[in-house]
Amino acid sequence: MRRWIISAAVVAALVGLVALAMTRPQRVDQAQVSGLTPDLGRGEEVFYAGGCASCHSAPGASGEEKLMLAGGRRFKTDFGTFVAPNISSDPDVGIGAWSAEGLANALVHGTGPNGQHYYPAFPYTSYANMTMEDIVSLHAFLNTLPAVVTESEAHDVGFPFNIRRSLGGWKLLFMEPGWVVDGELTDQQLRGRYLVEALGHCTECHTPRNKLGGLKRDLWLTGAPNPSGKGRIPGLTAAQLDWSETDIAEYLRSGFTPDYDSAGGEMVEVIENTSQLSDDDRLAIAAYLKVVPMRASEVGSE
Amino acid sequence: MMKKYSILAAGLVSVAVIGTAIAQETENPAIKARTSIMKLYSFNIATLGGMAKGETEYDAEAATRAANNIVAVLQIDQSEMWPAGSDNVSDPSTRALPDIWENFPDVGTKAQALADAAVAMQAAAGQDVDSLKAAMGPLGGACSACHKAYRAPEDK
Ligand code: HEC
Ligand code: HEC
Ligand code: HEC
Repeated sequence: MRRWIISAAVVAALVGLVALAMTRPQRVDQAQVSGLTPDLGRGEEVFYAGGCASCHSAPGASGEEKLMLAGGRRFKTDFGTFVAPNISSDPDVGIGAWSAEGLANALVHGTGPNGQHYYPAFPYTSYANMTMEDIVSLHAFLNTLPAVVTESEAHDVGFPFNIRRSLGGWKLLFMEPGWVVDGELTDQQLRGRYLVEALGHCTECHTPRNKLGGLKRDLWLTGAPNPSGKGRIPGLTAAQLDWSETDIAEYLRSGFTPDYDSAGGEMVEVIENTSQLSDDDRLAIAAYLKVVPMRASEVGSE
Repeated sequence: MMKKYSILAAGLVSVAVIGTAIAQETENPAIKARTSIMKLYSFNIATLGGMAKGETEYDAEAATRAANNIVAVLQIDQSEMWPAGSDNVSDPSTRALPDIWENFPDVGTKAQALADAAVAMQAAAGQDVDSLKAAMGPLGGACSACHKAYRAPEDK
């Protein structure tokens, strides 16, 4: 009996070690970033396509203020309230002292400078598909933005979610690298896929989540309950959104729907970003949405 | 007997249908007036949007007329159209949020931002299609900024 208890403890310890090893924060290989030359214009495009300012500018910021990445916006979730940190170019309270590699670790692996796991309220599960060229360029562009000295605030998250270690397991479960929409795609659809799946994090709002907050990839872009409580965030799959590609591109530029009503809700801040993209990029997003399949039988199963 | 019965049933069904239709449509003339103004914006922007998207051929005169109309509609004094008690908590037939009545100065600022964007469109619409396209973004942005703050999402 005694022996049995001991071996159970040994097994538990072993399982724990394996779990720790498997959930160890991952990092990019330095060789992937060194030698890449940043392109500031490209960095600016990535900044708007990635929507960094929607979360990292101060609450209520508009116009030029959106380039001050002071942090402070709060995101209420089922797991607690997250506060976006300062990612301005300030070297002490912002990320001005970070290397391009450090930024790549955060965006691609959700790993911080001290090896900590980030919470998925930071949409690194999307950014995981970003190219290193784009990250190096974004890094250079972020360094051209003003330094703001606002201290980042702590998140308000209860047990067990306040243990960042447990996020390693979450990542194992839900960080699925690779693309959702696959198969024969044109160059335009491929560009659209990159903009939506890697940069646009459109899916963070338009795809439903499971109980643990992971995206239901089999219900990709089929619409989701609105976290604000009222109404539903509409589905964008080809079967659900019957707008023409030009209609979608116009909506992403000016916010006008095909009936010339105008967008509302959280989509307004998204359009502030997509309005900064090129016409070609907005049309690429529309072309991609037209090939997103809907598994009709599974919709509404949440 | 049977016949009379089914006529009665049909009558009940149509009453029920009309009943739900009326429940969605507002009774309040002030709400009717302000949503009509919104529809006048949409109607005229449709002319401009068709050209911006390349669905209709660019026509400097028609574009200018549409832009003039939007500016003209903005001259209407709406102060009687937003009476107390016409918010979506008091009256389910509207999507106007109660916050409007607590932030009149800000609502005014957002209306002024639309007026500025409409005047810019008036100047751009008759020039060429690229100027028209460039003026669409700020115009739509001015509509959306107010809808985001003061209009409830559609209850789908
Ligand atoms: C949907 C909101 C959202 C968007 C969009 C977003 N972030 Fe964040 N970001 C967060 C949150 C929340 C955190 C805090 C995560 C944590 O502490 O675990 C964060 C953390 C970070 C960090 C870590 C900062 C630190 O001090 O450790 C960096 C760097 C960062 N974000 C960069 C970016 C960049 C660059 C973009 C655009 C490509 C971006 N974020 C877009 C919400 C967002
Ligand atoms: C922060 C949450 C959020 C994100 C991120 C987001 N959306 Fe939306 N989206 C919404 C909401 C809310 C609506 C409903 C808008 C309304 O009520 O007017 C919407 C509406 C739309 C519509 C109109 C659909 C319809 O049937 O009316 C399109 C098209 C759209 N989004 C595309 C996108 C694309 C493309 C992206 C990524 C670039 C994106 N969205 C990212 C929240 C979001
Ligand atoms: C100053 C704030 C404000 C501005 C600016 C504004 N709207 Fe509205 N809009 C509202 C509000 C509030 C409602 C909801 C009214 C209601 O339901 O009683 C609304 C409703 C609407 C509706 C629905 C009307 C209906 O039949 O129920 C349309 C369409 C619309 N707006 C279009 C526009 C367009 C297009 C623009 C820009 C040219 C615009 N709005 C600018 C506040 C505004």
